[in-house]
Amino acid sequence: MRVWRYGDNVNTDMLFPGKYTYTCSTPEEIIPHLLEDLDPSFSKNVKKGDIILAGKNFGCGSSREQPVVGLKAVGVKAVIAESFARIFYRAAINQGLVLIECPQAVKAYREGSEIKVDIDAGEIVVGDKTFTFPRLPREITAIRDAGGLLAYTRKKLEAREKLKE
Amino acid sequence: MGMTFAEKILAKYSNTKELSPGEIVTVHPDHLLTHDNTAAIIRKIEPELKKYGVYSKSLSVIVLDHVVPAASEKTALNHKLVREFVKEYGIVNFFDVGVGVCHQVVVEMGLALPGKLLLGSDSHTCSYGAVGAFSSGIDRTEAASLLLTGETWLKVPDSVKMMLNGKLSKGVFAKDVVLHIIGDVSASGVNYCSVEYHGDVEQFSVDDRFTICNMGVEMGAKNSVFFVDNITKKYLVSIGVSSSYDAVYSDEDAFYSRELEYNLSDIVPVVACPHTVDNVKPVSEVADVDIQQCLIGTCTNGRLSDFKVAAEILKGKKVHPDVRLLILPASRRIYEDALKKGVIETLIKAGGIVLPPGCGPCLGAHQGVLAPGERCLSTANRNFKGRMGCKEAEIYLASPATVAASALTGRITDPREVM
Repeated sequence: MRVWRYGDNVNTDMLFPGKYTYTCSTPEEIIPHLLEDLDPSFSKNVKKGDIILAGKNFGCGSSREQPVVGLKAVGVKAVIAESFARIFYRAAINQGLVLIECPQAVKAYREGSEIKVDIDAGEIVVGDKTFTFPRLPREITAIRDAGGLLAYTRKKLEAREKLKE
Repeated sequence: MGMTFAEKILAKYSNTKELSPGEIVTVHPDHLLTHDNTAAIIRKIEPELKKYGVYSKSLSVIVLDHVVPAASEKTALNHKLVREFVKEYGIVNFFDVGVGVCHQVVVEMGLALPGKLLLGSDSHTCSYGAVGAFSSGIDRTEAASLLLTGETWLKVPDSVKMMLNGKLSKGVFAKDVVLHIIGDVSASGVNYCSVEYHGDVEQFSVDDRFTICNMGVEMGAKNSVFFVDNITKKYLVSIGVSSSYDAVYSDEDAFYSRELEYNLSDIVPVVACPHTVDNVKPVSEVADVDIQQCLIGTCTNGRLSDFKVAAEILKGKKVHPDVRLLILPASRRIYEDALKKGVIETLIKAGGIVLPPGCGPCLGAHQGVLAPGERCLSTANRNFKGRMGCKEAEIYLASPATVAASALTGRITDPREVM
């Protein structure tokens, strides 16, 4: 597991340049450009289970969802940041990408510290320190548990259809 | 306890009497805005669309604006797919290439009315608070889900009251106000919050309010709003709105998580320097910076009043030989009005290059991409690294007056020097 460390205000153009927004939509198209203008080594070296640690306002800017789709597709286990931008936060819920807002954990991290995340318990261990983060409301975990918003919506539509019958 | 604008709107749309921040409600928005990204959205849900159809033909507002006219076979194919979708499903509100930037079109066509709730898969959907609507940005997947079900969840946000007191000085504009505020609160200063503008707001036209609300997302806001007054009402009449609407106002005793006060007469012309929108400095501090491209337009500042200010500065003059001046009207209607008033002629004679109404160079997909080492002074809303297509270029943001004045000198210039 590798920890990728970034600073404040990592915006959606850094995560996925706007010039590709209307030509790349699938994970295969997105992955080569992921974090292209922030860290060109990321897309070549990121592995399943890696964690991103960032400062304030991660994901600010555009509503484009390619950054979230890409990070989910390469298997990023969680993004832990001091805070997240609103649309990015919603997009992550909708794709089932785990975001954890925990400034204390970000500040406690030192180069080489091991990070363990237990999403269900709401716990992060950084080195020898343990931090807790609030669990999401039921309305939101329902989306994540269904496997993302589209799967959740499909279930809802099927249920409505059954009611009609 | 009274309620804020956001609490009232979300209560109305969730059939709830009272709401407080943090609660989650299910809402059916009046409209769902999507643009060129409609193609990617409908590709996600092809089988579901075939099986269930769209929730409502009048929910969607689709505007082709981001890469128009198409810059490649791939973008042309996306546009074609959207046109076929519109025909097949009988989408009522479709605006093809050339009508304008989606946010301008939504307001200009009277689709964002006071007291309405709109969501859109574009971060600058927050613009419609300019006419007293509640509007906010969402991602593509959520837009896909809304197309099918017509509903989504929203968390009731904390509300922030911004008091704007006093009067703006000559040469200082709404863009300077919003950049000043973003510089003060930071790019994440009001994250997740609903921002209400109070105080001496009668000096701001709907165009000005549009500029300020448009940039709400650049301080992290969920939505921003100016309350309906005579200025709003006159504007709505001018665009031909004849239907009735229910304006929503916050209560006197509403609770705000923060209250901020700005003295408008203290604000000077400012620029947002690379590479964050909150890196705001007075023009005087960056006055020696030379520029190669100027952009006046976009959904932030591409309205008639913006071009008029620029034309007054540029009339009878020529832009600096090292500067390319791009003019980007936010809509065809604005373009026509500016033509009629001779504003476009003035701008062209000064050396301006008029681009078709749309998003153009703002997002770096085409038209006016920058080269490494170049600097652009723009009236757009974002100066992120790489935003205009090149990560080794720099973008500065300012008011149309500052951009026009700077186009003449080839360096960032205080508009008060030439006004």
